[in-house]
Amino acid sequence: MPSDGSDAAAPLSGAGAGAGAGTAGGTAATAGGTATGTRAAPAVACHGLVVRYGTRTAVDGITLAASAGEILCVLGPNGAGKTSTIECLEGYRRPSGGAVRVLGLDPVADHRALVPRIGVMLQRGGVYPMLGPRRALELFAAYYDHPEDPEALLELVRLREVAGTPWRHLSGGEQARLSLALALIGRPEVVFLDEPTAGVDPEGRLAVRDLVAGLREAGRCVVLTTHELTEAERLADRVAILHRGRVVAEGTPRALAAAGGGASVSFGAAPGLEVAALGTALGAPVAEEAPGRYRVAAAATPALTAALTAWLAERDLALTDLRAGRTLEETYLAIVGADAAAVPDDEPGDGPGNGRGRRRGRGPSARRGGGDPTRAGQRTSR
Amino acid sequence: MTRLLRPLVAQIGAETYMTLRRGETLLLTVGIPVAFLVFFSTSHVISTGTQSSVAFFVPGILSLAVMSTSMVSLGIATGFERGYGVLKRLGSTPLGRTRLLGAKVSTVFLVEVVQAAVLVPVGYALGWDPIGSGASAGEALAAAVLATVAFGSLGLLMAGVLRAELNLAAANGLYLVLLLLGGMVVPLAKLPGGLAALARALPAAALSDAFHATLGNAGAVPLEAWVVLAAWAVAAAGAASLTFRWE
Repeated sequence: MPSDGSDAAAPLSGAGAGAGAGTAGGTAATAGGTATGTRAAPAVACHGLVVRYGTRTAVDGITLAASAGEILCVLGPNGAGKTSTIECLEGYRRPSGGAVRVLGLDPVADHRALVPRIGVMLQRGGVYPMLGPRRALELFAAYYDHPEDPEALLELVRLREVAGTPWRHLSGGEQARLSLALALIGRPEVVFLDEPTAGVDPEGRLAVRDLVAGLREAGRCVVLTTHELTEAERLADRVAILHRGRVVAEGTPRALAAAGGGASVSFGAAPGLEVAALGTALGAPVAEEAPGRYRVAAAATPALTAALTAWLAERDLALTDLRAGRTLEETYLAIVGADAAAVPDDEPGDGPGNGRGRRRGRGPSARRGGGDPTRAGQRTSR
Repeated sequence: MTRLLRPLVAQIGAETYMTLRRGETLLLTVGIPVAFLVFFSTSHVISTGTQSSVAFFVPGILSLAVMSTSMVSLGIATGFERGYGVLKRLGSTPLGRTRLLGAKVSTVFLVEVVQAAVLVPVGYALGWDPIGSGASAGEALAAAVLATVAFGSLGLLMAGVLRAELNLAAANGLYLVLLLLGGMVVPLAKLPGGLAALARALPAAALSDAFHATLGNAGAVPLEAWVVLAAWAVAAAGAASLTFRWE
């Protein structure tokens, strides 16, 4: 690992400096570069991966790849096969079929050679409850030949103030940050993060997001699973949506979002508008997808938005938000939302069952009501 | 070499730190044995026959100490580590299973040394006189090592098969049974014939027999005790390595 020395400092200095904000801009370029496969071999690859538990097939022929300097987000409802897939890559699970390679190695057969080069964050636990962040990091540092400095890592994940607090007394966000730090302590070339922000407060999420973005800058390959669509949208270079053990969509977040809906504009306003009249005024069909949530089947031209706001102004109706196209979430829900609720949540270790399933179950447009104005603004500028 | 040893040494350090910081472990491994030794040696609630009571109870309680650390403490801690996903997480580090197990075994021996360092002086203070009765430290050590392997493997066997909470209950239950049937506080001669015969086939009684012979004044270690200890060590270690789950 001759490159370790130069790689290592990068995440320590690069993360935290607004790396999250730069994510959207860098996305297209990075994805374009990796798609052509200029590198000798992908850091992570699986071909036709199959995982069966008894008679049930959890993973049904998944093919995925990710390169150095790339963040691959694996999305999907509980039971989609995310954890089974990532556990095959980590070497915890032997595939029932297909081939898996990480850094060119077989995660099970070459386990000993591979583990010094990967970092793993489990979905839950994985840390001695009695150890505080400092002791845990020092212990894990001793496992590796060229570890990060535990003190610097403590600082980076902002755990210095609780460095002596046993794991069991840390908050969910602090535990997640420690797990992430433990995944990074050995300067891994590939990092696997299984639901890194599940149960983490918004501030903690931001910290995790910054750290992960910093890993990309340092040339690491990151594979992360998540339920959080905004997370995937902001962080990922590429997203793979899993459903019932198969990859049902894959691409950059933008490409996926665009593919999902074609030209359309969605907006929020008072429920019960006369959509027929509005449609006539705009020259395009309008549908109320959920109470107070509307979609216009036309491109977001300046003329269209002007006509829409004018129509609302004539009737003294307030616009709560306006966005062009679809979000990744809308695309995702269009693909898996319809029957996500029917998928049995019995994949081992997959999903903490923390209520997100319910949100999904309410259908493609249900979440829009409380719309995030910041995000809406970003969307319309697209 | 240091590259190979550094993870092991760090792991032993962490395991020892955690073991000695757990209040319930200290109670089990040091508190209860010391209390039992003082209480039974001075109270005469249990008749030890012709032997002086302290000559019976020091080897008996040392057997209890070995069993507490290697079976109960190790087994319960490992069961919870599995429950918390710690073992699974360690599985994807370069530590490796051999060094993890090596660290656990080393920690058990370290704690046993601490136990001996506490119990032996207490025994002396109570009037124990092993030198006068021709004690054999070498044979006692050999018996302790065999018993540690046997009990440790039993603890790991339960930790690998049972859920953490169930494992906790099972380890404590087995501890109580072996305490009573192990010739540790109740001389085997006091048990009903059938029960005593059963007890002699268990590793607890074999260890206390060996300790009574080598550290008390009961003469040579019976061959039967060596056979029972060795058989349990081999069988339990084999069963533990076959059934142990890291997740």
